[in-house]
Amino acid sequence: MQRNPQLNEKGELQHLLSTEGLPRDILLQILDTAESFAGVTEREVKKVPLLRGKSVFNLFFEPSTRTRTTFEIAAKRLSADVINLNITVSSATKGESLLDTVANLSAMHADIFIVRHESSGAPFLIARHVKPHEHVINAGDGRHAHPTQGLLDLFTIRHYKKDFSRLTVAIVGDILHSRVARSLIHGLTTLGAPEVRVIGPQTLLPAGVEALGVRVFHDMREGLADCDVVVMLRLQNERMRGALLPSAQEYFKHYGLTADKLALAKRDAIVMHPGPMNRGVEIDSTVADGPHSVILPQVTFGIAVRMAVMSIVAGN
Amino acid sequence: MNLPDAERLCEQLVGELRPRIGPKSAMVGLYTGGAWLAERLHQMLGMKSPLGLMDIAFYRDDYAARGLKHDPKRTKIPFDVNGCELLLVDDVLYSGRTVRAAMNELFDYGRPASISLVVLADRGGRQLPICAQHVGARVEVPDGMRLTLKRGDNGRLALALESERAT
Amino acid sequence: MRLHIKNARVVDPASGRDGSGDVFAVDGKISPEGGKADRVIDAKGLVVAPGLIDLSARLREPGHEYKATLESEMDAAVAGGVTSLACPPDTDPPLDEPGLVDMLRRRAKALSRARVYPIGALTVKLAGESLTEMGQLSDAGCIAFSQANAPLADTQVLWRALQYAATFGYPVWLRAEDAGLAKGGVAHDGEIATRLGLPGIPPFAETIALATILELVRATRARVHICRLSTAGAVELMRRAKEERLPVTCDVAVHHAHLCELDLGYFDPHCRLEPPLRSQRDRDALARALADGVVDCLCSDHTPVDEDGKHLPFAQAEPGATGLELLLPLTLKWGRGQKLSLAATLARITSEPARVLGIASGRLAAGAPADLVIFDPDAPFTVAAAKLRSQGKNTPFLGYELAGRVRCTIVDGKVVYES
Repeated sequence: MQRNPQLNEKGELQHLLSTEGLPRDILLQILDTAESFAGVTEREVKKVPLLRGKSVFNLFFEPSTRTRTTFEIAAKRLSADVINLNITVSSATKGESLLDTVANLSAMHADIFIVRHESSGAPFLIARHVKPHEHVINAGDGRHAHPTQGLLDLFTIRHYKKDFSRLTVAIVGDILHSRVARSLIHGLTTLGAPEVRVIGPQTLLPAGVEALGVRVFHDMREGLADCDVVVMLRLQNERMRGALLPSAQEYFKHYGLTADKLALAKRDAIVMHPGPMNRGVEIDSTVADGPHSVILPQVTFGIAVRMAVMSIVAGN
Repeated sequence: MNLPDAERLCEQLVGELRPRIGPKSAMVGLYTGGAWLAERLHQMLGMKSPLGLMDIAFYRDDYAARGLKHDPKRTKIPFDVNGCELLLVDDVLYSGRTVRAAMNELFDYGRPASISLVVLADRGGRQLPICAQHVGARVEVPDGMRLTLKRGDNGRLALALESERAT
Repeated sequence: MRLHIKNARVVDPASGRDGSGDVFAVDGKISPEGGKADRVIDAKGLVVAPGLIDLSARLREPGHEYKATLESEMDAAVAGGVTSLACPPDTDPPLDEPGLVDMLRRRAKALSRARVYPIGALTVKLAGESLTEMGQLSDAGCIAFSQANAPLADTQVLWRALQYAATFGYPVWLRAEDAGLAKGGVAHDGEIATRLGLPGIPPFAETIALATILELVRATRARVHICRLSTAGAVELMRRAKEERLPVTCDVAVHHAHLCELDLGYFDPHCRLEPPLRSQRDRDALARALADGVVDCLCSDHTPVDEDGKHLPFAQAEPGATGLELLLPLTLKWGRGQKLSLAATLARITSEPARVLGIASGRLAAGAPADLVIFDPDAPFTVAAAKLRSQGKNTPFLGYELAGRVRCTIVDGKVVYES
């Protein structure tokens, strides 16, 4: 298990499991390919025939409509056949093991598995057990990784800011539980962003987070100073129940993005959010809908990025 | 061996094409050599409709064997394909598979009134029933070699032979 | 039955002896001199030492027979040179009834392999609420009482259990882990858990619980053995406790003397262990503490898990590793790393665990039980699932090249294994 399980013996991308350990040239290949897919949606026939005849299985062990839908749209734009499986209601409740579920689907000739699971590392387990022609794309595993989200965030930043080597990026919120934050941090450090900041209370920052290559801030105003990119993370209600935070109101006071806090960042700073947003908890509506926000374009870019990932892995 | 002068072939093609350019004419060049050639022809012909540039990466028939090649370019067709008299431009015509892919991609943009193929060089070796309406020159290519178009720093176009193995 | 082992390198950690010689056994006991032997074993080029004493090996009976059985695990024990082992009470049902303990001891005795010393449950069903009948369990053969890996969150219950055990002189074996701080955690709370997105158990979950236990030992004078230390902080607490002459001993699972959080790699479920593999600093502190005696023993913490239990995402995988057959080579590897003599190395798995258990085995003195292991300390081998006798093939050391092969294991003067 020493070789990066995402790459085959030739060093090509076989699975997309994490942005961590993704070689820089492959990362750039994905972004460049996504760029060329971006025009497909503007034509009359919004499809290319690349994955015609291939089957993409959406294996979502954790429910999600948004991510699943964007993967479905992306796969269909590549002319693939898409099958959606909500495992929460089917076999898992009957006690079928994760690997048995995958083996059964494999027997139905799947080409790509898109996997979302609550347990970190589940896509790695699956990738170790699929057949050589099958590919696994991680749509989010526990708090570990959400590589396509990380990639679309990088694509978005590149679209508006062009050059990573001069950027200061701040990620605000529940880093402890966030797979989105981890995936973005790894991608930014690979692409050479000189300053990546994480901003949040001690309860929401994981042990040893500096080792990921980030600067820690507890004061949001300090952390936002002169930022080029501000990424707001979603705060989940469970955090209040787990004694990590007292209330949403108190969180908003210290860590919510308002216009006056955003004014501390650079004048042309962009505001991003992986969605779905909790207006009034992590972000003020005026900012979410304001001129700095690129939250909606993120969604569009997400389809092109997922098309790029699928077409690259399926061809290897 | 002596390859024909690409610049002279351009002038020859322009001479052939000028009488057929009309209000419905449009041009699309295929990356990379076809795009350079199309830029030259488009400018020399003074065509009114903007130039389209196309990457056929997503329509190739060898994806299953070779995967997605690196660095696809972004196809831009800045005009309405429907009802156009399209001039499809490529540098070298060989097996015909590139043209087949290009036509498939064009039809995903709309329904042209006609497509005519313009190539600088035809090296024979067709694997599909495809032919060009306007050919600069027929060129014999020795086994194991590849015919390509090069563009110098001064913008000057030239045909060249390379070993097949060079990528 | 008379046994004569000749031409051996005889190593007896209890006396410090390390030299060439012979060992004689008569009627199950070590004898000072021979006479005509029924069986002569030529141990040329090999080491003879007291049989290994493993302070923690799960035999999976009763209740978990699909993971392993007494037969397979006892085979594994003697193949690993282990002649005595203590098994934790977390069977199904837990060892909280004298009848279960009795049955286990009989079954083990009938197999005539290693000696089995059951550890009884400290609380009923290991639930941490009410005390078990320690007297009756002791009569049935329990040598100590423990919660295994089950939490005992109510400190008042812990205090009462220690007071009660201290009244009768029963040793209590405890893992130091604060239930609240460890809840939900599956890995060491540090850089690796952060990278892998795994819920972490902070090191102070161990030190806080250990400080509590040591305070209660001061108050009750109960004899306590701390199981499976994992942090540098706990090592320091134990050092001070011993300087204070508290009646405490402790052990480290052999995995923790070698591996650390970096070995998790890409979510290797074989590294899902309790306690978790911690930082390099912790690992190095544990390895050194074993050498200078602050930590008394190494054990295998043998825990066979079936394939289904490990073929799961990391957090859902069953914790534990198999290890009876690797205890010797892994201990030798640790000893070499610390530049210790063979006698000092083997003490951690022979004379010291014997002292903790209070048994007569573990030394080569005349009159001691003839529990012996004959092994080649330098013979190399590669750890392979197919070669393990245990039904549990779950070890993080698969594929490792180790040295140290058991050639013969003797219990009670009889050969119970030879290769």
